[in-house]
Amino acid sequence: MAVTRFPLRAEGLADRMAGFIAHLRMNGLRLGPGETVAALAALSAVKATDPDQARRALKTLLVPDADAWRRFDDLYDSYWFNMGKQRQGEANVNVRVQSAKPALWQSHLGADGPEQESDAGQLDGGDGEAEGTDGRLIATRTEALSRRDLRELMDEDSLRTAEKAAQDLGRALRDRRSRRRRQAVRGQELDLRRVMRASLARGGEPLDLPRRKRPDRPLRIVALCDVSGSMTTVSRVFLAFLRGLISVDTRADAYLFHTRLMRVTDALRDRDTLRAAGRLSLMAEGFGGGTDIGGALRTFNAGHAGRAVNGRTVVIILSDGYCTGAPEAVAEGLRRLQRRAHRVVWLNPLNGWEDHAPVARAMTAARPHLDALLPANSIEALAALEPEFARL
Amino acid sequence: MREAELRERLAATGYVADETLSMALHLALTLGRPLLLEGPAGVGKTEIAKALSEVLETRLIRLQCYEGLDAGHAIYEWNYQRQLLAIRADGADEAALFSETYLLKRPLLEAISQEVRPVLLIDEIDRADEEFEAYLLEILSDFQITIPELGTIRARTRPVVVLTANGTRDLSDALRRRCLYSYVDYPDRETELAILSRRAPDVEARLARQIIGVVQALRREELEKSPGIAEMLDWAGALSGLGINDLSANPAQVQATLVCLLKTAADRDALPPEVMARIVGKVA
Repeated sequence: MAVTRFPLRAEGLADRMAGFIAHLRMNGLRLGPGETVAALAALSAVKATDPDQARRALKTLLVPDADAWRRFDDLYDSYWFNMGKQRQGEANVNVRVQSAKPALWQSHLGADGPEQESDAGQLDGGDGEAEGTDGRLIATRTEALSRRDLRELMDEDSLRTAEKAAQDLGRALRDRRSRRRRQAVRGQELDLRRVMRASLARGGEPLDLPRRKRPDRPLRIVALCDVSGSMTTVSRVFLAFLRGLISVDTRADAYLFHTRLMRVTDALRDRDTLRAAGRLSLMAEGFGGGTDIGGALRTFNAGHAGRAVNGRTVVIILSDGYCTGAPEAVAEGLRRLQRRAHRVVWLNPLNGWEDHAPVARAMTAARPHLDALLPANSIEALAALEPEFARL
Repeated sequence: MREAELRERLAATGYVADETLSMALHLALTLGRPLLLEGPAGVGKTEIAKALSEVLETRLIRLQCYEGLDAGHAIYEWNYQRQLLAIRADGADEAALFSETYLLKRPLLEAISQEVRPVLLIDEIDRADEEFEAYLLEILSDFQITIPELGTIRARTRPVVVLTANGTRDLSDALRRRCLYSYVDYPDRETELAILSRRAPDVEARLARQIIGVVQALRREELEKSPGIAEMLDWAGALSGLGINDLSANPAQVQATLVCLLKTAADRDALPPEVMARIVGKVA
């Protein structure tokens, strides 16, 4: 393969290396100037003229995690080899999509941006107004919905209410500390009573120092949110809801799925709303398309569940249950998930409708593997979830 | 030591490392930076540290991380009971009480106070709490530990640090930045065959090929817990212990030895004899 010809003004190896680091940084790896120096040092430790050795050395040095590990080879080729120019199209995706965020995200993520201030001013009715927003999320007739502007359905106020509901919910699960103390091997304080009692056996010398602490048992939230076509009308509120969940608990974890599954925790937590929008829009390809709940669950179980889910985790699935995949796959995925998790809760926006029967086959298949199937058709319903969750 | 030489010497200890991994180890040794290894359970991440200590002919100091691990267990602790006894016995003065005599060295302090540079294995770092991880940063970048009563203890020699993680939780960017990184995956067919022949030389070539074929096929199945290298070696040991030379010859016994490979009830149910027969038939 042909090695890239660098412009004449490029001054030797150090300059090119700086260019390479900049190239990686543009593609989302977080690297500082220190890494450039380290990279040059690493090259001097290997046979730098052998492109393969150099690649392996740089990969070890510059890659921070498993995700980047898989991408690195492409990035390396696209910078150092002419051959990579075709591949560079792939890397360029980042740049292109930055400017083209889907409308779905724009105003939600700009919620704390300045231009929203005026909006909020109009709607400012104090906290007491919250109960006036009932049922705005979904109207009873779908035909009427189709032509209406989303913003009208889900104004900033209801988004904020959704976020608030999520925060309450997160707190309800998190702050479940016991007031009582228990014996512990490592603890904040000495258990004086036991120290005294144990010292009797040693002639009054407090040799053994038993400790005690507050058992600390927060439940962790992991949320999987469906953003396929059938969920478009409620997606924005659910995203606000997710954001609320994420913001109260540093350990909460969030994923979106349609035909694929992706993790959005970091993107939702990003304080820089513009960057967050950019990152989310990268993941947005396929928004509003079909759903494969079973496939998403399988990906989740295989890739993320080991880290994200344990016996103190509540898994929340936000979906209407309409999916293109086999219902058996949904059941199988949930069965595995339920064995790993503390509770699996499904929030279904269709469920709150009067005379709604869960006709979606995936829903029927899923039912036996759920700890709770709760309605989420309106913001009120979301807010009413807190006592339900407190019982989990 | 050049990279190729390192690989050869690792192989001599029974560890077959691929090029990527030997490069990572080579750089960790040359640049003196900690090496973070990630990958599924059972691919031999912990073994790497053991093999490395054998190659360097130094001590392996191991710190197994767990939830609730604190400085007292990882770095140092005062031997309170001995101190108290000393006071009662002859009213020792304070300076004597806080001296090396009453200091219990835990793995990290132990590692930096060695004369010959040891290999320090910090196993499953993702199980430890975030506070501990933050504490580790100081030690990993400066190789020094401050004990308020004694002052700062600097490393006499820089230990070779290997960290492993399974993905129980996310590690901080700060830690990742200080480490070299390598992702250790399940080995490919040739590498795994080489591992098997190195570790169990008495397994016949044909059986070895079949074993690797089955194990690799199982990893492609959707199992809850894919068999790792250690499981593969266990299985090979069990088969040769039973005197089996051909997997297709004795399906019932092969089925019985699957306890070495399959570690959950669901996985056992997923591989009834018929399915096993199909897999064995393909590789035989």
